[in-house]
Amino acid sequence: MKEIVLVKYGEMALKGLNKKTFEDMLTKNIKRRIKSLGRFICTSAQSTLYITPEEDNADLSEVVDRVGKIFGIAALCRACVCEKDFDDITEKSVDYLSGILSTASSFKVTAKRADKSFPMKSPDICRELGGVLLERFPNLHVDVNNPEITVTVEIRDTNAYVHAENIKGAGGLPVGSSGKAMLLLSGGIDSPVAGWMMAKRGVHIAAIHYVSPPYTSERAQLKVEQLCEKLTDYCGGIGFYCVPFTEIQEAIKDNCPEEFFTIIMRRLMMEIAQRIAAKDGCLALITGESVGQVASQTMSAIACTDAVCRIPVFRPLIGMDKTEIIEISRKIDTFETSTLPYEDCCTVFTPRHPKVRPVLADVEKAQNSFDFEPLIAEAVEKTELKIFNFSR
Amino acid sequence: MAIYLDNAATTKPCTAAVEAALEAMRVNYGNPSSLHRAGLDAQLAVDKSRKIIADSLGVDSSTVYFTSGATESNNLALRGASAAYGRKRRRIVISSVEHASVEETAADLEKRDFEVVRVTPGENGRFSAMDFLAACNDDTCLLSMMSVNNETGDILPVAEVFAAVKRKFPHIITHCDCVQAYMKIPVKPAAMNADIVSLSAHKIHGVKGVGAIYIKKGVRVLPLVTGGKQEKGIRSGTESVPLIAAFGAAVDELLPTMNERFSRVAELKRHLLGLVDEIDGISVNSHDEASPYVINISAEGKHSEIMLHFLENRGIYVSSGSACSKGKQSGVLEQYRIPMKRADSAIRVSITADTTVEELDSFVEALTDGIKKIRS
Repeated sequence: MKEIVLVKYGEMALKGLNKKTFEDMLTKNIKRRIKSLGRFICTSAQSTLYITPEEDNADLSEVVDRVGKIFGIAALCRACVCEKDFDDITEKSVDYLSGILSTASSFKVTAKRADKSFPMKSPDICRELGGVLLERFPNLHVDVNNPEITVTVEIRDTNAYVHAENIKGAGGLPVGSSGKAMLLLSGGIDSPVAGWMMAKRGVHIAAIHYVSPPYTSERAQLKVEQLCEKLTDYCGGIGFYCVPFTEIQEAIKDNCPEEFFTIIMRRLMMEIAQRIAAKDGCLALITGESVGQVASQTMSAIACTDAVCRIPVFRPLIGMDKTEIIEISRKIDTFETSTLPYEDCCTVFTPRHPKVRPVLADVEKAQNSFDFEPLIAEAVEKTELKIFNFSR
Repeated sequence: MAIYLDNAATTKPCTAAVEAALEAMRVNYGNPSSLHRAGLDAQLAVDKSRKIIADSLGVDSSTVYFTSGATESNNLALRGASAAYGRKRRRIVISSVEHASVEETAADLEKRDFEVVRVTPGENGRFSAMDFLAACNDDTCLLSMMSVNNETGDILPVAEVFAAVKRKFPHIITHCDCVQAYMKIPVKPAAMNADIVSLSAHKIHGVKGVGAIYIKKGVRVLPLVTGGKQEKGIRSGTESVPLIAAFGAAVDELLPTMNERFSRVAELKRHLLGLVDEIDGISVNSHDEASPYVINISAEGKHSEIMLHFLENRGIYVSSGSACSKGKQSGVLEQYRIPMKRADSAIRVSITADTTVEELDSFVEALTDGIKKIRS
């Protein structure tokens, strides 16, 4: 009995002439993700991708688990390959589904006949197969409204497929189909979620993180690296830029009024980020800001920060509540790591009373009292790149 | 040279494990909880092992916790999960062939007003998923069954049972003692629908005194040991960095060769059973489909312990029943419908991929001799 994984496209199925570009991107992402699990052949037809293992003992549950996190997919399932012949379909259904059907109490059969030349119509397939299964598994009864198990038969181009599960995919567009952007990754709850959300829309992510030893610890940096690694399950490989930021923070502390510490720091971070973004071919910056969450995320503060930006800044969490953000971070499994208690650079030298409604002219005046350019150039120069690939 | 055929009791630590433990004692002796570099290095060593083990299970690192061994893991699973979920749901379902660390723990919980239901194998000595499903009800908080039986090598239908139970009773916490399965057959908690999995290091060429427990994200298990909140509070107490490092090193070494080792051990089992088949008065207590790592046979009429000591005199180490029970009969063979007389003479031969054909030949030679010489 041959088992494969069927992958149904998400919204890219609706694309027009450029659909092939998206399809190729998705296939490439899937192949890369399951490469370490053995040899597989990936083919596509009728907005479905077929993952066929070339070896006998391939771990298909792991394939489903990994592919289920890849963006661009509406649904996926493991399925048994049958000849396009009703007897073969019946025989293999009984065999393939015996474990699950012998311990269930109710079921129904649904059929999808993509190949209209198949002699039986969908309702006939359902009725006939349902009859056989009822006979073979006396513990079952039919329940079309709320069945415990739904057996699905799909009659397609070359084969028929039988399965009893349909797993929801991650949705979105294949990562890479929308270009690349630079995520400002602090180590908190919000930024990994922001990265995940943009990756969902097909954006390939690079990450940038600022470290200020001895004010921040090595454990804090490791925590952010861990977050990066977690994101690779969804985003694919991530280039992680680590910027030495101590001297800049000390310079701000020594030369600028306290109430502007955070806002000036944000502006300098953006400046460094867009310089590195330009080198790495990133078309935009991504941050995890949400209006009004903290002093540097008021509309006035965001306006002051954006004044230094020459490329778009995406803020996918801008209208979300903290609870909504936490919900996603739990779902993508970054919450626990994000809440490890290490000091990050954003909390170093936090002003006691930050300006909630800063005026750009005042901020610029405060910042211009010191020439940060040499320090910025040096930080960019000394930035280190690490590449993160799938954690497993 | 002794011939060691008692690998289900414990295994010889592999070189990589010994070296990893030594390295951790000589160099990496910091406390993982310390904030300085020595502490961080120790923590990284622990986390490295955690990741190796998590990868081998196909799970996230944050779901693997280290314990002092599988007995603690099994205690934590049963006591911790029943404490978290058993306030109103008072039934615990286990198989009737569990290791003492599950059976005795369940028996203790029984004294604390839990109802324990033990599912037995059918007439053919095999477990059926329907029997487990029938034993579970809305009042059940926990289902615990082992993956591979330590005395017979029987592989229990865990994935099938857990899938069926989870479908009908999604609230039931599923626990699997995978001690005799780990590194021998694939152990994938997600694929088998297990919420909690227990592992031991010394059965897989690691060092004694360390084990692990996988707890699915979102599943609550109350700790048995409280203190400095190590292992995220699941298991307080300073981590044993040397033993944990050795555990990781052993898994790292064994994982890539799991399939080849299995084939080789299956070949060794065929060889042994071929030889045993020629001897009169020997019966095989393990199923054909059992794990090849454990082979349970009886030389009828020859009491297990006497045969064990006879073989020992020839430098061959096997076990009678389970090593944990020190000669005391566990009753597991009876559960498998092995007649009392045969159970009395049962010996367990447990092999590894390093066992040689010559060693098995010597064992069979000594066994034949024993059957002749031991007066029944």
